[in-house]
Amino acid sequence: MATQHTTEEVLLDVKGISLSFGGVKALNNISFDVRKGEIRAIIGPNGAGKSSMLNCINGFYHPQEGEITFKGETRKQMQPHKAAEQGIARTFQNIALFSGMSTLDNIMTGRNLKMKANVFWQALHLGPARREEVEHREVAERVIDFLEIEQIRKTPVGRLPYGLQKRVELGRALAAEPDLLLLDEPMAGMNHEEKEDMCRYILDVNDQLGTTIVLIEHDMSVVMDISDRVVVLDYGRMLADGTPDVVRTNQDVINAYLGVTHE
Amino acid sequence: MFYREAGQFKTTYEADQGIFPIIQDRWFIAIMLVISLVVIPYFANEYWFQAVIIPLYIYAIAAIGLNILTGYAGQLSLGTGAFMAIGAYATYKLCTAFPDLNILIVFVMSGLFSAGVGIIFGIPSLRIKGFYLAVATLAAQFFILWLFNKVGWFYNDNPSGTITAPPREVLGIMITGPNALAITRYYVVLSFLVVFALAAKNIVRGRIGRSWMAIRDMDIAAEIIGIEPLKTKLMAFAISSFYCGVAGALYIFCWLGSAETEAFDINLSFLILFMIIIGGLGSIMGSIMGAAFITLLPIFLTNFPPMIGIHIASDLAKHLEEIIFGVLIVFFLIVEPHGLARLWQIVKEKLRQWPFPY
Repeated sequence: MATQHTTEEVLLDVKGISLSFGGVKALNNISFDVRKGEIRAIIGPNGAGKSSMLNCINGFYHPQEGEITFKGETRKQMQPHKAAEQGIARTFQNIALFSGMSTLDNIMTGRNLKMKANVFWQALHLGPARREEVEHREVAERVIDFLEIEQIRKTPVGRLPYGLQKRVELGRALAAEPDLLLLDEPMAGMNHEEKEDMCRYILDVNDQLGTTIVLIEHDMSVVMDISDRVVVLDYGRMLADGTPDVVRTNQDVINAYLGVTHE
Repeated sequence: MFYREAGQFKTTYEADQGIFPIIQDRWFIAIMLVISLVVIPYFANEYWFQAVIIPLYIYAIAAIGLNILTGYAGQLSLGTGAFMAIGAYATYKLCTAFPDLNILIVFVMSGLFSAGVGIIFGIPSLRIKGFYLAVATLAAQFFILWLFNKVGWFYNDNPSGTITAPPREVLGIMITGPNALAITRYYVVLSFLVVFALAAKNIVRGRIGRSWMAIRDMDIAAEIIGIEPLKTKLMAFAISSFYCGVAGALYIFCWLGSAETEAFDINLSFLILFMIIIGGLGSIMGSIMGAAFITLLPIFLTNFPPMIGIHIASDLAKHLEEIIFGVLIVFFLIVEPHGLARLWQIVKEKLRQWPFPY
């Protein structure tokens, strides 16, 4: 299913990225682009370098070679919080919620960058601090409505079941109103029904909010269904790049996934 | 039955985000205020003020300070005593250098000095965490006390090496010095505690508090959301040291009257740390309850056996008291590792259904 929002404008351009840890080459000369409004999938077997790729995009890893252009700004090295300021949000493969805080507080933390009131106003909880809390609460509540998690608003997230935690994490990323959303295996460990729910939320985010999405996923049927274009990685190399149909029929991809007999 | 939110509907986010959104909590706070403003001053005598209540309130301020750093921002610190010492020595220097300055303003200014030093000793927290950070803050503890002992300028080259609270008045009422009444000092300390506790509560439920807890719970995710780790941690160190600094100033000027650096040694740091562990990490109310527990328990243990007619030799009583104190702390931590604040929360949850739990 192709989304209607896809434009020709390139939002994120990754050129010749190489990343190694000591002697291990995690990524080897990877290049691809992400167009504004599309859903872009990165697939590949375990250890292919998918998560490393996301970590490069949001500044957590610093690739030795190559450059990343986001919204027309090229950078070689950057800090994760700078990436957040530019409008990149993400979720994690292993849930990385703030487990001591409630759902609402987690989502409000996602608004952190947009809040400015200084410590003195906050200590008094008056003036700008008070206005700000209410203003951003409204946005947070919209996210909560959107993800249908109203009933767990005030529950500490540590007590929530896995599927809901994944949803709260998506909410925290959405609260930042990002231009680019990186999802690292949003459906890992879910049953069929939960996966369908999550797919619906991802499509809705893309459709209603116009957010560009890069996602990593192992479930092929999901990837083929919801993404506009797919990048395939294997052992840090890029195997293929194209629409789901093109990728599906690519011989290298079939070999990597199904194995090939060496004679 | 007595404590439930049911039926207390909020129609605005503002009301929902109130500091005490539930009416029972508001009553509880109101009752506590009445007790501390009216009932205690009416019944307490000089001994109770001097030996129990004034130190309890001062410890509570320091405990709130340490809880901000350790409980909310997750940075373990053993330098509380040193930061309190900075507040005390800064107050001493300021009020001897500028005798006309209002002493209450001096207290707050001393807190700022402490905050500044706290920021410097907070810088290693970017690289080191947990126990290792605790060791780094231990350096602050020993270095600062050594400095205050070694350099005579800090105690105005007083031959006895002590700092003494000079008599100072505010609005004609003696607040510090040998002639200040216990009840006056009580009200000064109480006002600081109330204002500081409310301010801390406001900070921890707002943006800054959330970013502290985010760093504590999952620093990588926090960074990716756009929270700068160094800035956030240093803010925690600054505000925490500010609280400890003011507590230290009150410790000398409203309680002990005069002291040497020994009053601020590592034992004090541990004492405050025990208070927040027992009271509950990440809770303002817990800090106060922890301070109360640690201050009141030894007094209770001393006075309880004679009350029920058991008379023990005083040296044996002192030893027994320490043993029971230790045992109680261990027992308590096993039963409820999340402290008094969690216990209080459980009581509230039980009261919500009482008397018809189903």
